[in-house]
Amino acid sequence: MGEFKVHRVRFFNYVPSGIRCVAYNNQSNRLAVSRTDGTVEVYNLSANYFQEKFFPGHESRATEALCWAEGQRLFSAGLNGEIMEYDLQALNIKYAVDAFGGPIWSMAASPSGSQLLVGCEDGSVKLFQITPDKIQFERNFDRQKSRILSLSWHPSGTHIAAGSIDYISVFDVKSGSAVHKMIVDRQYMGVSKRKCIVWGVAFLSDGTVISVDSAGKVQFWDSATGTLVKSHLIANADVQSIAVAEQEDSFVVGTAEGTVFHFQLVPVTSNSSEKQWVRTKPFQHHTHDVRTVAHSPTALISGGTDTHLVIRPLMEKVEVKNYDAALRKITFPHRRLISCSKKRQLLLFQFAHHLELWRLGSTVATGKNGDTLPLSKNADHLLHLKTKGPENIICSCISPCGSWIAYSTVSRFFLYRLNYEHDNISLKRVSKMPPFLRSALQILFSEDSTKLFVASNQGALHIVQLSGGSFKHLHAFQPQSGTVEAMCLLAVSSDGNWLAASGTSAGVHVYNVKQLK
Amino acid sequence: MVDEETIRVVRCGGSELNFRRAVFSADSKYIFCVSGDFVKVYSTVTEECVHILHGHRNLVTGIQLNPNNHLQLYSCSLDGTIKLWDYIDGILIKTFIVGCKLHALFTVAQAEDSVFAIVNKEKPDIFQLVSVKLPKSSSQEVEAKELSFVLDYINQSPKCIAFGNEGVYVAAVREFYLSVYFFKKKTTSRFTLSSSRNKKHAKNNFTCVACHPTEDCIASGHMDGKIRLWRNFYDDKKYTYTCLHWHHDMVMDLAFSVTGTSLLSGGCESVLVEWRDATEKNKEFLPRLGATIEHISVSPAGDLFCTSHSDNKIIIIHRNLEASAVIQGLVKDRSIFTGLMIDPRTKALVLNGKPGHLQFYSLQSDKQLYNLDIIQQEYINDYGLIQIELTKAAFGCFGNWLATVEQRQEKETELELQMKLWMYNKKTQGFILNTKINMPHEDCITALCFCNAEKSEQPTLVTASKDGYFKVWILTDDSDIYKKAVGWTCDFVGSYHKYQATNCCFSEDGSLLAVSFEEIVTIWDSVTWELKCTFCQRAGKIRHLCFGRLTCSKYLLGATENGILCCWNLLSCALEWNAKLNVRVMEPDPNSENIAAISQSSVGSDLFVFKPSEPRPLYIQKGISREEVQWGVFVPRDVPESFTSEAYQWLNRSQFYFLTKSQSLLTFSTKSPEEKLTPTSKQLLAEESLPTTPFYFILGKHRQHQDEKLNETLENELVQLPLTENIPAVSELLHTPAHVLPSAAFLCSMFVNSLLLSKETKSAKEIPEDVDMEEEKESEDSDEENDFIEKVQDTNNTGLGEDIIHQLSKSEEKELRKFRKIDYSWIAAL
Repeated sequence: MGEFKVHRVRFFNYVPSGIRCVAYNNQSNRLAVSRTDGTVEVYNLSANYFQEKFFPGHESRATEALCWAEGQRLFSAGLNGEIMEYDLQALNIKYAVDAFGGPIWSMAASPSGSQLLVGCEDGSVKLFQITPDKIQFERNFDRQKSRILSLSWHPSGTHIAAGSIDYISVFDVKSGSAVHKMIVDRQYMGVSKRKCIVWGVAFLSDGTVISVDSAGKVQFWDSATGTLVKSHLIANADVQSIAVAEQEDSFVVGTAEGTVFHFQLVPVTSNSSEKQWVRTKPFQHHTHDVRTVAHSPTALISGGTDTHLVIRPLMEKVEVKNYDAALRKITFPHRRLISCSKKRQLLLFQFAHHLELWRLGSTVATGKNGDTLPLSKNADHLLHLKTKGPENIICSCISPCGSWIAYSTVSRFFLYRLNYEHDNISLKRVSKMPPFLRSALQILFSEDSTKLFVASNQGALHIVQLSGGSFKHLHAFQPQSGTVEAMCLLAVSSDGNWLAASGTSAGVHVYNVKQLK
Repeated sequence: MVDEETIRVVRCGGSELNFRRAVFSADSKYIFCVSGDFVKVYSTVTEECVHILHGHRNLVTGIQLNPNNHLQLYSCSLDGTIKLWDYIDGILIKTFIVGCKLHALFTVAQAEDSVFAIVNKEKPDIFQLVSVKLPKSSSQEVEAKELSFVLDYINQSPKCIAFGNEGVYVAAVREFYLSVYFFKKKTTSRFTLSSSRNKKHAKNNFTCVACHPTEDCIASGHMDGKIRLWRNFYDDKKYTYTCLHWHHDMVMDLAFSVTGTSLLSGGCESVLVEWRDATEKNKEFLPRLGATIEHISVSPAGDLFCTSHSDNKIIIIHRNLEASAVIQGLVKDRSIFTGLMIDPRTKALVLNGKPGHLQFYSLQSDKQLYNLDIIQQEYINDYGLIQIELTKAAFGCFGNWLATVEQRQEKETELELQMKLWMYNKKTQGFILNTKINMPHEDCITALCFCNAEKSEQPTLVTASKDGYFKVWILTDDSDIYKKAVGWTCDFVGSYHKYQATNCCFSEDGSLLAVSFEEIVTIWDSVTWELKCTFCQRAGKIRHLCFGRLTCSKYLLGATENGILCCWNLLSCALEWNAKLNVRVMEPDPNSENIAAISQSSVGSDLFVFKPSEPRPLYIQKGISREEVQWGVFVPRDVPESFTSEAYQWLNRSQFYFLTKSQSLLTFSTKSPEEKLTPTSKQLLAEESLPTTPFYFILGKHRQHQDEKLNETLENELVQLPLTENIPAVSELLHTPAHVLPSAAFLCSMFVNSLLLSKETKSAKEIPEDVDMEEEKESEDSDEENDFIEKVQDTNNTGLGEDIIHQLSKSEEKELRKFRKIDYSWIAAL
């Protein structure tokens, strides 16, 4: 091993955004996570919880609901009143449809996957038909007085439960009329709170509706009679989310205290068929509100404002104890947010809406292995580059020589040239970028800083020659015919001859840069 | 009388009531608890001890109601027997001899004719749960050797075993695992918690277990104060548990209510917690129970709970969490500083009780009379905290005054000392604080004594201290314009060459005060406080000092630390005699000249009783106790005994009680333990067994009313039917336990006769005696009945029925015979 100087970079003040919703897809064992800044990430649980896909956020889009429908299609809805479908191959937004009901608070796909239900601010529940390439409005259900915060389908698809403020409604899907209206108790520890918000509902196949509300209660209702069956007071604060296992033998709720409670259906005695729901284990992995939970066959998944995604396996469901069965807490971003220039000892930090350029501190002292050396010159904040517009930065890169910075948003691609004059830095934007470079998923400079590799979301890889203050488009590697596969990872060999790229279908392509093959 | 018997050392009450869970009777009227070798039956309403069931030869370790007959009680003991009792009458029904030490007993309604017990067979630390088959036999003593093994390697405490869901499974906990044995499948599931290595789970140990009465749910208590509710435990993998956490320290015991809707838990916080619906947010508390909760039990009727506490107390609690009764035994969980004293008024034994309290304990009834809070500060239960200790107490002036000393010493130089004087108030029948003296001395008080002379006009108290002084305190007038009052002030301070004062003692007439200063004894005149003379033997520090009494009042006795007992003659001011005796306890008998001294040797303690006038002891008993005797006291007898033998005469007027280091209270007795402990209320308890329900008040009275009316109407016709309660044969029949009744055939005729009797005898009597007056008749009637009782009791005489029947007319006789036949078949059918 060689000798290293280790810099402790404590000046990267990266603030991740909180998790708003998670949606688990049982067929592909994938997990979609949406954050408060509108970012949507897709994790593959079978591939070591790898973040496969990434959709950049947008300032005006606050995702409130996320669901998988018709197998592998991912929909989201938010407070801007739009329903969006994501293209999981090309990694962009396929389309957005306005529901015309004000902000959307909740969304649920029907058990068959062919219909989509949204609950809006104005109290309407709207049913959409999912067609192969679009969604189509079908009809409205009976309008309620206040916003619909939660929705759940009966597994047979005949009824739905909708949680609102102070009450839960049960609708008949055929007629679209409310069958029952179940009033939730406002009382909270003897004190009457102003309003009781039903944050989540779950409809079980035996007709039981489970609701979680802002008074800290988990309540079981009989949907046939519209009566309260059992009530568990579990928290002093709001219970914000609920998810039921597919077998309906357990469910999980998340509270604003950061605790996740597991409920299980347990037989009363060994030889009777009578079963009851019992609160079993509490898990305290979060420090803040647990806004969303999901229940996979083997694990409980929870996320909240503390930005951690926690995957807690259920020990009794796990056959082999291995690394996959351990508790997983996803805290760090999976994407590359930092790039560095070796020559000039520069670091480029990527934030949602700006970039920061820092020069590392240096020292003259030498010491033994493990010694902390005194800094002769502190780290310098050289540059703060703000983006225009509401879109988040997808990716950024600084060239190894330190004289080029490139970054991309969904709609635009930016390239800057840096000039160093002693301690002063001047920045010059390279204008007239070709339109095919926008919405780049990954940017990379070659080792000698003469070439720029850009992976665009159209599946093409572009090579750009950089010289002086100008650039020249060299070549585009087009994807194999017929597939529109986004490349999201790039690597270049140190001699600059070979370029490797990996796409969403988990294949690795190696290109020869010299021969442009 | 009983001269032939020898004096034996016997344990006299004061044994632990909190050793095992108490058991309620089925109707919640009685509560049973183990108490040393006995089982005590208390009434839950009056807190009185109704019966003491004695028969075991060793510590009773478990009691359970007979599930097949709730009027019977099983008990097991270390003597290897299981006994079946009729607790209403206090009769031993059967003894099952098992043969090995039994540590706990469990009964299950479904397992007929067998009970479960914890035994240890080979190794001393390995305990097993076995099922004991109780053979059916009519004899009083039965051997029950048929043991079948259930679980091995279990905890000794019965708190760690619980039978659940009608005896389908049994749960046992030990250290870090819970094992559940299913009787039907004959399989054991075992669930282990992560062990102590890991710091987070350092106190995960199981402490107790309880099973839900109807559901398959096991509750377990843990060292760290958590309660876990286990479910789905048939499956080794799918089992699940819920955590409830309120206790900050170890959960001592758990119990489910009868219906299973709530769970009760208790620990050292002395708070009973009721968890409703087994949810964490829905709990109720009963705080301030006084001491650590050791056991919790629930009455089968569901209306009462009871908690056993570490201060030897049982609290009976209503379903709505209101304490309704307290059964308090002798408090024994702390060291005794004050020694044993006798309250001159109540003749109760007085000693340290709860922290900061003085307890008054009745030796006769084996219960605490009351507690006097001396320190009057909230006791904070925390390990390592230096508490204020009640160190000295003394009674004066025939129980009118009580002096107490409390101290707290955190460091060598920081001594907090307080003396309190309490006056007896006749109105409230209790002691009221009169004077509080802060720092009466500069150093620890070593002795405290009142002048108890009969003629003394002014109450006088002397305190001796390590600071070298003794102080005389007298009662003075402390009245002001607002009220009349009395208070104590210091009258005289004495010292002798700066030696530490170690003991003080007044002579019987109060004229002399003896104070010992390390090795020197000084005699002071109590009127002028002049130093009269000194004795110095140079034989070590004086440990005990006392004057002789009655005819021996001219002698002063002193015991030194070097093991020498000296007797000085106060008239000649010379040493009368001395003896080599390592005296630990020296107590004068207030009713005689005798002095008892207990010496300590390596093998045990020996008792010497002597008169100061002669060095030869009256009585010697060697080896009264294996361990060190700490305190002793003479208790005057209410009724003097009349031992003629010279050796036992010292026990005639007083009884000697002593307390050993392990805090067992012992005494000397010549009687067999059965005789000694027979309570005065050993009569057959013919208690009205009807419960006093509202119905009783309405219907019972109503019926009596009706009867009276009926009587009025019938009186005219000169026909009077006796009330059923008044017929002795009937009441006899109803009140005698079923197993001692003669055959139904015999009873039937008696029963019918008794019903016929009043009319018949009346007519029979009327013929010869010709009485008209109603009142007389009634009295005659009762007389006749009394006669009849005697006849009935003389059961061998079968001719008695005939005598009366002779006088019946033929038709009546026929009818009666018919009646007899019918009746007989009816009873036989029962």
